[in-house]
Amino acid sequence: MTDTAIDKIAQRTPTRVARKVRGLSDRAIAWLFVGPTIFLLLAINIFPLIWTVYLSFTNFRANRPNREVEWVGLRNYERILTDSDIWLNMQATAHFLFWTIVFQVLIGFALAYLINKKFRGNDLWTTIIVLPMMLSPAVVGNFWTFLYQPQIGLFNYIIAFFIGADPSSFEMIGSVTLAPWSIVIVDTWMWTPFVMLICLAGLRSIPDYIYEAAEIDRASKWRQFWTITVPMVLPFLMLAVLFRGIENFKMFDLVVQLTGGGPGSITELASINLKREAFEKWRTGYSSAYAIILFVTVFGLASIYVKALNKVKER
Amino acid sequence: MSAHSVNEPSSRQKWIAGALVIAYALITMIPLVWIVATGFKSPADAISYPPKVLFEPTLEGYVNLFTTRTRQTDEYLAANPPQTWYEEIVRQYDMVIVGPSRYGERFLNSIIIGFGSTFLSIFLGVLAAYAFSRFRIPLKDDLLFFILSTRMMPPIAVAIPIFLMYRQLGLSDTHLGMILLYTAVNISLAVWLLKGFIDEIPREYEEAALIDGYTRFQAFYKVVLPQATTGIVATAIFCLIFSWNEYAFAVLLTSGTAQTAPPFIPTIIGVGGQDWPAVAAGATLFLLPVMIFTVALRKHLLRGITFGAVRK
Amino acid sequence: MIKRALLMATAMSTAGFMGANAAQAEDLTLCWAAWDPANALVELSKEFEAESGHTMNFEFVPWPNFADRMLNELNSGGKLCDLLIGDSQWIGGGAENGHYVKLNDFFEAENISMDDFAPATVYAYSTWPKGTPNYYALPAMGDANGWFYRKDWFENEDIRAAYMEETGQELREPESQQELMQIAKFFQEREIDGQTRYGVSIFTERGSEGITMGATGALYAWGFKYENEPGSYDMAGAVNSPEAVEALEFYKELYECCTPPGYTDAYMEQSLDAFKSGQVAMAMNWFAFFPGLYADPNTGGDKIDFFVNPPQNVAASTLGGQGISVVAYSDKQDAALEYIKWFAQPDVQAKWWELGGYSAHNSVLQGDGFEESAPFAGDFLVAMDGVQDFWQEPAYAELLLAMQKRLHDYIVADQGTAQEALDKLIEDWTEVFEDEGKL
Repeated sequence: MTDTAIDKIAQRTPTRVARKVRGLSDRAIAWLFVGPTIFLLLAINIFPLIWTVYLSFTNFRANRPNREVEWVGLRNYERILTDSDIWLNMQATAHFLFWTIVFQVLIGFALAYLINKKFRGNDLWTTIIVLPMMLSPAVVGNFWTFLYQPQIGLFNYIIAFFIGADPSSFEMIGSVTLAPWSIVIVDTWMWTPFVMLICLAGLRSIPDYIYEAAEIDRASKWRQFWTITVPMVLPFLMLAVLFRGIENFKMFDLVVQLTGGGPGSITELASINLKREAFEKWRTGYSSAYAIILFVTVFGLASIYVKALNKVKER
Repeated sequence: MSAHSVNEPSSRQKWIAGALVIAYALITMIPLVWIVATGFKSPADAISYPPKVLFEPTLEGYVNLFTTRTRQTDEYLAANPPQTWYEEIVRQYDMVIVGPSRYGERFLNSIIIGFGSTFLSIFLGVLAAYAFSRFRIPLKDDLLFFILSTRMMPPIAVAIPIFLMYRQLGLSDTHLGMILLYTAVNISLAVWLLKGFIDEIPREYEEAALIDGYTRFQAFYKVVLPQATTGIVATAIFCLIFSWNEYAFAVLLTSGTAQTAPPFIPTIIGVGGQDWPAVAAGATLFLLPVMIFTVALRKHLLRGITFGAVRK
Repeated sequence: MIKRALLMATAMSTAGFMGANAAQAEDLTLCWAAWDPANALVELSKEFEAESGHTMNFEFVPWPNFADRMLNELNSGGKLCDLLIGDSQWIGGGAENGHYVKLNDFFEAENISMDDFAPATVYAYSTWPKGTPNYYALPAMGDANGWFYRKDWFENEDIRAAYMEETGQELREPESQQELMQIAKFFQEREIDGQTRYGVSIFTERGSEGITMGATGALYAWGFKYENEPGSYDMAGAVNSPEAVEALEFYKELYECCTPPGYTDAYMEQSLDAFKSGQVAMAMNWFAFFPGLYADPNTGGDKIDFFVNPPQNVAASTLGGQGISVVAYSDKQDAALEYIKWFAQPDVQAKWWELGGYSAHNSVLQGDGFEESAPFAGDFLVAMDGVQDFWQEPAYAELLLAMQKRLHDYIVADQGTAQEALDKLIEDWTEVFEDEGKL
């Protein structure tokens, strides 16, 4: 569909323009082709980022256009880094990040390993497993609050059935101890397939002859698994971890719909807190500094990680 | 691969692997099946305890999703008998339909913004990908990395200035604003995916065309584009799914005119408490196209996911 | 084909002509929360449409998202709403940031007098700075937080006897906060008609304003004050007074002892839900919902009755309610003002009350038979007599979010003590007022 549309546009290009274009050097065409993309990214990503940096040094408030904007230097950064409540948000984020990655890697790898056994119909079942990650996190997250209802929710009912307790004896999203796990469960349900697919690509990239060689050396299956399969898949797995890590550091929609950060501030991840500061309290300058801190953190961690990843790849 | 390959699993292994995977798949489907099922329950069945697996299906959820209703006096109800089947459903609760709900508009917004941004991303993405694939561009690797790195940015980090910028330009709560924004988010993935696809098309084809007297442009749209169709479709679906599902920007930058479905669906409420059948009905209609796409185009999609990641 | 094109052209020119002819006829959008009274307003506004020729559109947002979305809309200078029935606390920001049109000249020109409206509502919904004759809204909907209970259970002889045996007192509408808790404890997990019932449903919502609106019901009843001297922003000793600590501990205990399971993030809708599904004996909610509750086929009628927030040290209720304002970014301000002029008429106000909206107009409130017109009408007058509101400062959102966090952290998430929660709240608020340059 898309290509025919482009086709039509191209055909409709007036001859005068076409002649001009024909006369263009490859170099000019290259810039003509790349230019709009770069421009768009500059306008909607880079320019705003620079603006955020500027705002982070001011006390600007987007809801008070009439107020004088003052330069406050590093005060916003100072306030954020010394605020104990924000460190609690960071801890909540770290808990969420760590456990989602652990579960998703374990389950995702196991599934990929099983699917790679190429049983009949594996293609279709893979697709079914992938479904949750294709769906809107906000819409699905909202529905999970229904599944988690202590008295009428299916989740509580099923768990209660298996552990033999009363379904209304525990609350997933209302309890201080269980709420952090309730968001981990839903995120794992949604995103394990992503890790699985990348692992699967890794498994499928291992050439047969390596196993054949190992077989000739009479290496046991167990040994083959640890000396061939795991090391060969590891770079892929690390890549999957990188992507999930970045995504979950930015996590907003799913959790905001599930718990809204509650109870109290137990599941208030950094980006939910940031949204409150920026668009509910309207402390624009302050939250800009907050955003920059988060951005630098994720970028820094990701760069260190990518270095490690490259080392693994080189091995 | 030979049939007797040493790492071809035994049939017992296959059986066990299959059983485990299918078990996982079935468990993972439960919430989705529950969404669809709840959409066809009556409000009473939806909140019954224990949860009802078997129930009498009704279209109440869908009627409530698409209408706004109000309670009316007995005299009014007696004087105006229901004309249609959906009117009758509403009458069970002494209510009358007073008009359509906003769901239709929000759904339409999702379609306009989703397809609009997908088209634009693909259009720009194909051009850029082609240029990156075929031409010598100074600082090519840096530019490519720059394009990719924009994807790492937390949406909330740029949301503040975008909010200010849009307010200034009058783009808040407009379709155009959202289309541009989603295009900017999608384009990095589009360029990377499409570049991969175009790289795979042998240069010789174009060169032959150029020798035949085609211009670069003609070679591009008559030779390269048809070859890249599959890749373009796969990329387009990725972009579409992203824009379709996006929530954070939508909730911050739209309020009425251009609001899409994801921020809207969780706010569907009935009289006294969230109307779960209506929410589920709205969710079903919204999620179903993506599910169908995923199953129907699984070959391209699955490749796209890993491809995008593994290439980097 | 040509014929069709011609028809189209005719149709279009007609449309254009109509547009030119009725240049006055505007498409107005009124924004409010999605709740019972909003439906009544739609009904009421049909008369305005017929009289003026303008068309009314409505954008109703559910309460949990209402403030968030509407304030975002105002701050982005949006043109979605021409008329906005905004919450009472927004008036400061609406006035100072230029979101609302100042209505003084309009009131004067149209002979609309604020003396015709109940003073508490004018003070709360219309004026900024507070109490000065600068009006940014017309009181649209008076409201306060009140209570309702299962009258059929309270009148049931077996239940009454059991209550008497357990407490040595008559089961009746509670006359103090402590008595309310005693009754709630009595009903908690009691079997009635073969079902487990619970004591009470209260506001515990985290995201918008729920838990603050609920807990202030207790705080005000214990005599909570925001400042030692009104206007001084001197909060130490007032906000964290011993009475305030006691009230907060009370609210937490009420939450822990007597609410149904799963009500950790409950606001208006959930409170209604708990009551209508027969789970609870008592529930708090805004008066706005009382007409709907009374009309409910299952739990309304003679099964329900209402009472004002019980006093503890003083009689006080948490204020709700809204004024109607014209949005400064609207292109159709004249038509919007026309709506307000129409809405302010006594007979329209009378109809408004009849349809389920709480008019704040004296002609309605002081009219003959008002108290008898509904079982909660008298309670409404009592409640409105002792209402207190949250800060209405332009920085209200920050003040509110800080309180939401501190209260939810303490009451629901069980972190720290009431004293610590209130001490931290003073710190948060002090910081806000320092940023504002008021401290």
